Amino acid sequence: MIRFDRVSKRYPPGIDALADISFEAATGELLAIGGHSGAGKSTLLKLIAAIERPTGGAVLVNGQNIGSLARGAIPWLRRNIGLVFQDQKLLFDRSIFDNVMLPLAIAGFPPKEAARRVRAALDKVGLLPREKAMPIALSGGEQQRLAIARAVVGRPGLLLADEPTAHLDADTARDVAAIFREFHQVGVTVIVATYDDRLFPDARKIRLDHGRIVATGAEAAA
Amino acid sequence: MIAWLRQHRDAVALALRRLTGAPLNTLLSLLAIGVALALPAGGQMLFANAQSALRGLAATPQISLFMAVDAERKSALDVEARLRRMDGVANAKLVTREETLTRMKAGQGVGEVLDALPKNPFPDAFVITPRDERPEAMERLAAELRKLPRVEHVQLDSAWVQRLDALLRLGRTAVVLLALLLGVGLVAITFNSIRLQVLTSRAEIEVSRLLGATDAFIRRPFYWFGTLQGLLGGATAWLIVLGATAWLRGPIGELASLYRLDFALAPLAAGDAVMLLALSAALGWAGAALSLRGTLAGDSA
Repeated sequence: MIRFDRVSKRYPPGIDALADISFEAATGELLAIGGHSGAGKSTLLKLIAAIERPTGGAVLVNGQNIGSLARGAIPWLRRNIGLVFQDQKLLFDRSIFDNVMLPLAIAGFPPKEAARRVRAALDKVGLLPREKAMPIALSGGEQQRLAIARAVVGRPGLLLADEPTAHLDADTARDVAAIFREFHQVGVTVIVATYDDRLFPDARKIRLDHGRIVATGAEAAA
Repeated sequence: MIAWLRQHRDAVALALRRLTGAPLNTLLSLLAIGVALALPAGGQMLFANAQSALRGLAATPQISLFMAVDAERKSALDVEARLRRMDGVANAKLVTREETLTRMKAGQGVGEVLDALPKNPFPDAFVITPRDERPEAMERLAAELRKLPRVEHVQLDSAWVQRLDALLRLGRTAVVLLALLLGVGLVAITFNSIRLQVLTSRAEIEVSRLLGATDAFIRRPFYWFGTLQGLLGGATAWLIVLGATAWLRGPIGELASLYRLDFALAPLAAGDAVMLLALSAALGWAGAALSLRGTLAGDSA
């Protein structure tokens, strides 16, 4: 489903965020990308979602080469990807319900079907009773769960999460990690960039350091 | 198609929310647009009224022919007979010096002055309706009339109307120029409003792009914002012109009655009002398009 073939990403004035990265993620897999801050985890996820373009090699998502994707095709790619950001990127002037509704409004879903899906997604993350509240009223963990609900409401086949447990206490981080495992169990491909890959014990692991893969599988878990 | 219409409906709703979300800013923008558009719209209304009144005055152009003051009645009757035989004259009405004196004494408040005069100062006169109303034909006829015996003076009564008409045409051109200038002003106001809207919606635009929004989806509410702001600005201008018309109708009616004119100030014509609304909406859309080209062109995420 996802294939990185000798991928590199260089930012001006010559900073290598990723260098010669190759790996594959199969459909339905749970993959944890580990590494310290600045290792290149976020850049890797951005390449998959076409937020950035590689400066070398090829990134293939469902057979599509992201590097040569036309600008007009990017929105359609992103509609099939659920994105969870470290800083959540919530809209604080909209209600919880409206935040989760946004991807469906963009995709042009009929209002009734969209509302049903929004409530199902909010129910899944335990926020349905607070659908009318504003995001500012939520705790950090709840805001992260809201971001997850928004990412999965369109029922994407691929879920990308960038440090979804950062800034959360240990118990809340475990709860959030459990939600991702649940989506993986129902067949969603989940790729999580995390400084603490022990939260995802059943995931295949890749560890990055200074833009390069330094360990994979059991070696990375060690 | 249904999804596309639904997205337009949502974009209109969002644009209205943004308009009502900052009521003071919206009110000031609408007033600025309204006042700017009210000037050419009001000018158009006034010139339309003036031209309509002028058409009424010039509907039957006439020539006044005055006999010499010392000409006898016999001369006047002789001229009358000649006038009836002339091809270019459709009708000729003799106004005797006695009739003129009586009318002047009755109407103009100068009776005492006229009574004090040793004799009637007015000549016999004719009011002539020409068969051909074209200016050049009337000039030819006037020249012919001047050759008649004992004729002192021939006056084309429509000449001043033609001069005023030319002046009004000039005024109307000035209104069009003013409309063009103020139209640019409307585009500038919308340009700035949209630019501020885009800047305050940066987070929303960024999130929408990350969630798969197309350029059209992101731009649509701003286009609607510009169009609605222009339309409401046009409606404000229309209301200003309507209010001014109601206010001026009384004083203008009084002025017209002093000149014995049957004239009432008409409001902006329905066609002109529709044109005003359509143009203001189109200019709002154009301002939004220019602004989005400048502020969203660089976004590629």
